Amino acid sequence: MSAQTARRPAAGGLRSAAGARLGGVAVLLVVAAVFPLVITNALYTQFGVDTLIFVTAVAAWNLFSGFSGYISLGHAVFFGTGAYTVGLLTQHWKVIGGTIFALLPLGGLVAALIAVPFGLIALRVRRHTFVVITIAIFFMFQLMAFNFAFTGGNNGLSTPFFLWSAAEYNNPFYYAALILAVGTILLCWAIRGSRFGLQLLAIRDDEDRARGLGVRAMRVKLTAFVISGGLTGMVGGLWWFFIGQALPQTAFNPAFDLSVALMAFLGGFGTLAGPVLGALILEPLQQWDAITFTNGFVGEIALGVLFLAVILFMPRGLIPTGRELITRWRASNARRREPAPGGAPPGGAAVAQPAASTSQPSTGTPSTGSIR
Amino acid sequence: MTALLRTAGVTKAFGGVQALSGATIEVEQGSIAGLIGPNGSGKTTLFNVITGYERVDDGDVYLADKQITNAPPDKVFGAGIGRTFQLTRVFSRLTVMENMIVAAQHGERGRGLLRNPFARAGGPATRRRAMELLEFTGIANHAGALAETLSYGQRKLLELSYVLMADPAIVLLDEPAGGVNPTLISTIADRIRQLNEQGTTFLIVEHNMDFVMGLCHKVTVLDYGTAVVTGPPDVVRTDPRVLDAYLGTAEDDDDIPVG
Repeated sequence: MSAQTARRPAAGGLRSAAGARLGGVAVLLVVAAVFPLVITNALYTQFGVDTLIFVTAVAAWNLFSGFSGYISLGHAVFFGTGAYTVGLLTQHWKVIGGTIFALLPLGGLVAALIAVPFGLIALRVRRHTFVVITIAIFFMFQLMAFNFAFTGGNNGLSTPFFLWSAAEYNNPFYYAALILAVGTILLCWAIRGSRFGLQLLAIRDDEDRARGLGVRAMRVKLTAFVISGGLTGMVGGLWWFFIGQALPQTAFNPAFDLSVALMAFLGGFGTLAGPVLGALILEPLQQWDAITFTNGFVGEIALGVLFLAVILFMPRGLIPTGRELITRWRASNARRREPAPGGAPPGGAAVAQPAASTSQPSTGTPSTGSIR
Repeated sequence: MTALLRTAGVTKAFGGVQALSGATIEVEQGSIAGLIGPNGSGKTTLFNVITGYERVDDGDVYLADKQITNAPPDKVFGAGIGRTFQLTRVFSRLTVMENMIVAAQHGERGRGLLRNPFARAGGPATRRRAMELLEFTGIANHAGALAETLSYGQRKLLELSYVLMADPAIVLLDEPAGGVNPTLISTIADRIRQLNEQGTTFLIVEHNMDFVMGLCHKVTVLDYGTAVVTGPPDVVRTDPRVLDAYLGTAEDDDDIPVG
């Protein structure tokens, strides 16, 4: 009798948790869709576009780095390549108006093509060596952007003037960014649950063991790298249209990868929602302190301090830590409601621990105790 | 009896250390073969060479009549050779079931180019097969748990389970009884016997002599990277060359290495 009554609310709780998650996503989508219609202040819609650009960039980065465990600090190569590709094509074909957005897939395609040789070189090595090689390749690309004639050298590439009304100028960019962000997140979700995604996670946990179980590691890693690079290239193109100018140091920006990595780590490296959350928190914050503190260093110092705090106190990120806190809180609540007959010590870690591990959903996002 | 797995004069050096020098072994189809030898005799290196983790300097590896020398690990697994590692290696942040699905070689339908890469992992048939194997090894009740929560012995069982997902012709076990309690050792031995009766061939590296001698049909002794003796356990047990390999002397007949 008591077991039955105890089980029913638990099952209802599970269903309502999934429902709540779905509801949360729906609410978030609706809020994102109506945001520029309700808040028409151009400053805030500009924040919105910047944030969505980073949501996409972080989700795309996490799709490769978070799932495979290979930390890339060279994704600005794809961001910049996308920006320059779209820029050169716009100038060459003299594209203006709404059709510019049709060029974004081409920016993504060129970035994806660059990702093939990049990946074939960098993915031969692991861990720290991989990180160093991605940084080295990144600087090669930045140098090329500075020095080639067709990239415009130091002057970079400027966008044409768009004849959109000032009041709604940001809106086309906003919705293009929203579509990119939603598409990228959906793709991440599909990959996370797929055989391909599982192989990526297996590579993260133990690449050699995965190879011995039939996983073609190089092919799997390279595919993820190319998809991730292509998405980053598309959003790089959008960024160029929005910002109006690509310079070698802003399109191929070393701070880009640091920001992206920080956002992913803050939210939850390797999870689905973590990178989105990280970008939603950090990018508006960065924009805000850029306009609040005219001295740019204050913002950068604050970012550095935040990075240290995340690594020290929440190395797994907000989402995994939050999830753990909730399960622990629920477990202690359940104990309080139904005191154990043996008089178990209240709040004993030994009791809380198994409860936390069994309630982990089988397809849930993995905890990330350490990064490789 | 034909040889299912064969190495012919395999040589491998790491810098100045000659790990294998002309190692020639044969594992008969349908048998349980043992590979023993003192520490550093090249047993694990031979495993690594067979399964593609190390390249040979010289010599060849054959599966049935097919030459698989220097084939990469994923091809070797696909060809029908599964292996476990001396120190267990499972995907610690995946669930036990997800570990099993990683090793499943085929999607539910379609293969190669026709297979949808974004199809959900582990269809019903794959999951059913995985549960069967987990029940067989006795860790089915942990299917939803993260692999990192398993005990050392359970991880050994998980390794055996996921290797079986591909229905390998031969399974190479690197110290299956190492660091495992006696009850579990006998469970593992039972499972190996059962699988062998169903047609799976085994090659086992193991230091636990009771385990090897009780289980294996034939035992090969490796010393300094060369196979010195091959034969039934009783014969190998008393062969002076084996005692020589283990003890450095062939004089004391009674002191057979055990455990």
